[in-house]
Amino acid sequence: MTPAERRDAQARSAFAGHRLFAIVLRHLYVMRTSWPRLLEMAYWPTVQMIVWGFASSFFRGHSSWVAQAAGVLIGAVLLWEVMFRANLGFSLSFLEEMWSRNLGQLYLTPLRPHEHVAALAVMSLIRTCIGLLPPSLLAIALYDFNIYGLGLPLIAFFANLMVMGWSVGLFTASLVLRFGMGAESLAWVLIFGLSPLAGIYYPISTLPGWLQHVAYALPPAYVFEGMRAVMFDHVFRWDLFIRAAALNAVYFTGFAAFFLHMVRVARRKGLFLNMGE
Amino acid sequence: MTPADAAAISVSGLTKRFGPVRAVDGIGFSVARGETIGLLGGNGAGKTTTISMLLGLLLPTEGRVSVLGHDMTTADRYAVLPRMNFASPYVNLPYRLTVHQNLKVYGLLYGIRKIDARIAELADELMLHPFLHTPARRLSSGQKTRVTLAKALLNRPEVLLLDEPTASLDPDTGDFVRSYLEAYAGRSGCAVLLASHNMQEVERLCARILIMKAGRIEAAGTLPELLAAFSRDSLERVFLDIARAPEAAP
Repeated sequence: MTPAERRDAQARSAFAGHRLFAIVLRHLYVMRTSWPRLLEMAYWPTVQMIVWGFASSFFRGHSSWVAQAAGVLIGAVLLWEVMFRANLGFSLSFLEEMWSRNLGQLYLTPLRPHEHVAALAVMSLIRTCIGLLPPSLLAIALYDFNIYGLGLPLIAFFANLMVMGWSVGLFTASLVLRFGMGAESLAWVLIFGLSPLAGIYYPISTLPGWLQHVAYALPPAYVFEGMRAVMFDHVFRWDLFIRAAALNAVYFTGFAAFFLHMVRVARRKGLFLNMGE
Repeated sequence: MTPADAAAISVSGLTKRFGPVRAVDGIGFSVARGETIGLLGGNGAGKTTTISMLLGLLLPTEGRVSVLGHDMTTADRYAVLPRMNFASPYVNLPYRLTVHQNLKVYGLLYGIRKIDARIAELADELMLHPFLHTPARRLSSGQKTRVTLAKALLNRPEVLLLDEPTASLDPDTGDFVRSYLEAYAGRSGCAVLLASHNMQEVERLCARILIMKAGRIEAAGTLPELLAAFSRDSLERVFLDIARAPEAAP
């Protein structure tokens, strides 16, 4: 194959690994040169884990519910951090392009929007793993709680929470694309709106009846109920997993379509020409 | 006509409205393969808007725009994006990355094989070596311009769009960039659309010149044709005649 034929074949390809890798590499270069960024990724999850670890120690002696499953609160906070970090990792990588006024440059290369989204998801996974590994190991050392002891169900919980984090990240990236950096703060706070409905630290049955319906329209409610089923009853609830996965498929597809629509709106309105801080 | 036979750039009836403002108003022109064309115009004349539509970053309100026979308003543009590129001193590269890292990332985006060898080749030609491992945020204007140009040449483009490539450069660096572009266009057979405010630059590099005003092409032709049509002895006088003439009613 001649270089020209190879280039044409690459151009026709709807998905190219080298383009995805280019975006991942661009963010890894930034991470590599900034130790405060690496520290930040693990700092807050570790602080949260320590706080809820002490709270667990206290509640174990004062709450029969917590006493039934040691570490349920630590497990909950670590899983919540998975979704939070997945969202933040996705959004921050997108915002990085806005801060460096580079998005327009990227979109005049052969990079396709869905490759960009895939690269942001990979970066989110890397950032989440970096952020969650230290507190999860520290939980073993400090509180004798091993989240990896959940076994295979942990992978199911992790995957569902990652995808939900990406969905929220896609939504905020779409808003930033459309409304500019004025919408940046949403990238930081939007996900917190889901926390009361996720049933992180309490069963969904705690919520008022009408709010339970809202909670069950969101994947994390099933994940945290599923986590409690594993920890309290030692069963993996496939029904909860399937509902979470199905909802995730709906949300991710919907928000990905919304993002692609906003890319087109940005092209129509000329938003790529004057993006930045 | 197949894409293989098509002009490098073909534009017809191209219009872009932002609300009531007609930034580009029904323009048409073409650029042959291997030809260098100058796009002149005052601030707000529509040059950058035109280039943005040629790049596919901006969708036209009306009209057609194609590059190497591919429609830039549809997904068809992905077939031609690896064969074209763009440089402007007004756009930024990720400022935390070094020059080499930036070029590597963009080289990967364009699917360049042996990317390090290509970067070394461009670093030699554009004299990037002294700051190849310097973060982009620490570059001077002249260094940044050369890096942006290197990025634009990574994929050996068949169509190169340049937006004021020598703006804010000292005469020596400006001359270096112009000489390089002249030599590159000559040896590569690349079609170049050069938007500029620098009359000498356009006179030196461009076979034909388009002069825009208020979103329209007010004059087009070779330098001698323009001088004869306006009875002037310099391109600058022609430009000023057009810029200062009362605007035609829409």
